[in-house]
Amino acid sequence: MMNAQLPQETCIIVGASHGGVNLAFALRKEGYTGRIQLIDTDKRVPYHRPPLSKKHLISDEPAGQLLKPLQAYEKADIDLQLGVTVIDVDPSEKTVTLDDGSSHVYTQLVLATGAQPIIPPISGVASAAHLYTLRTANDAQAIAQAFNTCQQKRVVVIGGGYVGLEAAASLRQCGAQVTVLERESRLLARVTAPDMSDYFYRLHQENRVAVFNAKNVSEIQTHNNENLVICSDGSQYPADIIVVGVGVHVNTHLAEKAGLKIDNGIAVDANNQTSDDSIYAIGDCCAQFNTHYQRWLRLESVQNALEQAKVVAAVICAKPPKVNAIPWFWSDQYAVKLQMVGLSQGYDKVVVRHECDNPQSFSVWYFNGDELLSVDAVNHAKAYVLGTKFITQRQRVNISKLQDSSLALSSDLVVQV
Amino acid sequence: MANITFITQDNIPVTVHGESGSVMELAVENNVAGIDGDCGGVCSCATCHVHVAKEQFSLVGQASEIEKDMLELDDDADEYSRLCCQIDITPELDGLVLTVAGQ
Repeated sequence: MMNAQLPQETCIIVGASHGGVNLAFALRKEGYTGRIQLIDTDKRVPYHRPPLSKKHLISDEPAGQLLKPLQAYEKADIDLQLGVTVIDVDPSEKTVTLDDGSSHVYTQLVLATGAQPIIPPISGVASAAHLYTLRTANDAQAIAQAFNTCQQKRVVVIGGGYVGLEAAASLRQCGAQVTVLERESRLLARVTAPDMSDYFYRLHQENRVAVFNAKNVSEIQTHNNENLVICSDGSQYPADIIVVGVGVHVNTHLAEKAGLKIDNGIAVDANNQTSDDSIYAIGDCCAQFNTHYQRWLRLESVQNALEQAKVVAAVICAKPPKVNAIPWFWSDQYAVKLQMVGLSQGYDKVVVRHECDNPQSFSVWYFNGDELLSVDAVNHAKAYVLGTKFITQRQRVNISKLQDSSLALSSDLVVQV
Repeated sequence: MANITFITQDNIPVTVHGESGSVMELAVENNVAGIDGDCGGVCSCATCHVHVAKEQFSLVGQASEIEKDMLELDDDADEYSRLCCQIDITPELDGLVLTVAGQ
């Protein structure tokens, strides 16, 4: 029986990926004593997503490196409900309805609903054979299975963003014949400077992946399980497998049902609280004002989901949240390790720094006037680490010293004020 | 294969047995507080920082260049620091004592 003076709180978390899972555990760490229901449509025990396009496509390991072992949920008294979908929310009654017909009351509701890959409305896309997006462990497994069963290993990747390029690298390393078709005039156009686009273009070319920019796929013809990917300029590429990586739609349908404010994602404040006091949103699905960059951002990254999970856990437990406003990302392609910190949008100057003692390493530094906005570091953790410190502390970097690769990369590059 | 002891931030020793994989994975599997392994073990996040007992440091060996650089993200790093996602479990590690770095 519930004690009237000590009502049992319930936190319902919708979405059990990086954000949702870490929130559940962070709540316990912060001392939350109520019920925690962690719900996801995906039947699999929650797993790491980044390796899906990287090592899981090429290793024999089954897709799905677990975020936490299954016993850990039980031990932390987290009620993990997998394979069920939250289909409705009633914010006035504070209830959610699941597709199994059950209804649950919450004290706090956290939407960690993520996003889903876009399938572009290309003619013939619905009837294409072995066409996959890549976001879930099921997707990765399906691609690996198709790869193992197809006689010919011709893969066309539609979209030259990180997911597409990582999938291209992984499948190439398995021996596939890979073609990447990018709609923009360069790879990673939305997120990096032309120098980085050129570098990744060359990297894939050197690994004998055919990369084509400015290719707008207009039609897919499929006969006997063989696809022909046709571009608007008339070029054609045969494909046994097609991987689509052209961005995501944010999952906002529950937020819409709850009548929450939505603007390029579920709008949240610094505490990740939505326009409803009892509902929070974290991860890819939410948009938040970034205090460092002074603008609204919706980030798609593991780190962002984890940081926001910690913030919400602290807020729910009435503790001061620790906020880190500097985003970071990573990508692994072939033997290349790319680490990125900060956001480059709005840059007006780029410094590309090569290292004399290591030809495999370089870094790209993005500035707006004097202000360092972001750093892309290729095989260069030192540049990444220093960039993180400079950006976080808003330190001014001596640009001419930075450009001089005879000077070591160190905190001596900071302009003393 | 090896018993490894983690001393958590609350100064509580936790001894666990590992057969394969990295020391970070072993810590996460056993819910060792303070070892997050946010990036899944690719030396990208520095959330699996441990201090190796000085006299045992030769068992785990030096960090790679990239790992040393990543450790510089943490002010608490010292000459016996490692990111334990970069330490593979081997029989030689039996009896290893690792102190989880402070937050």
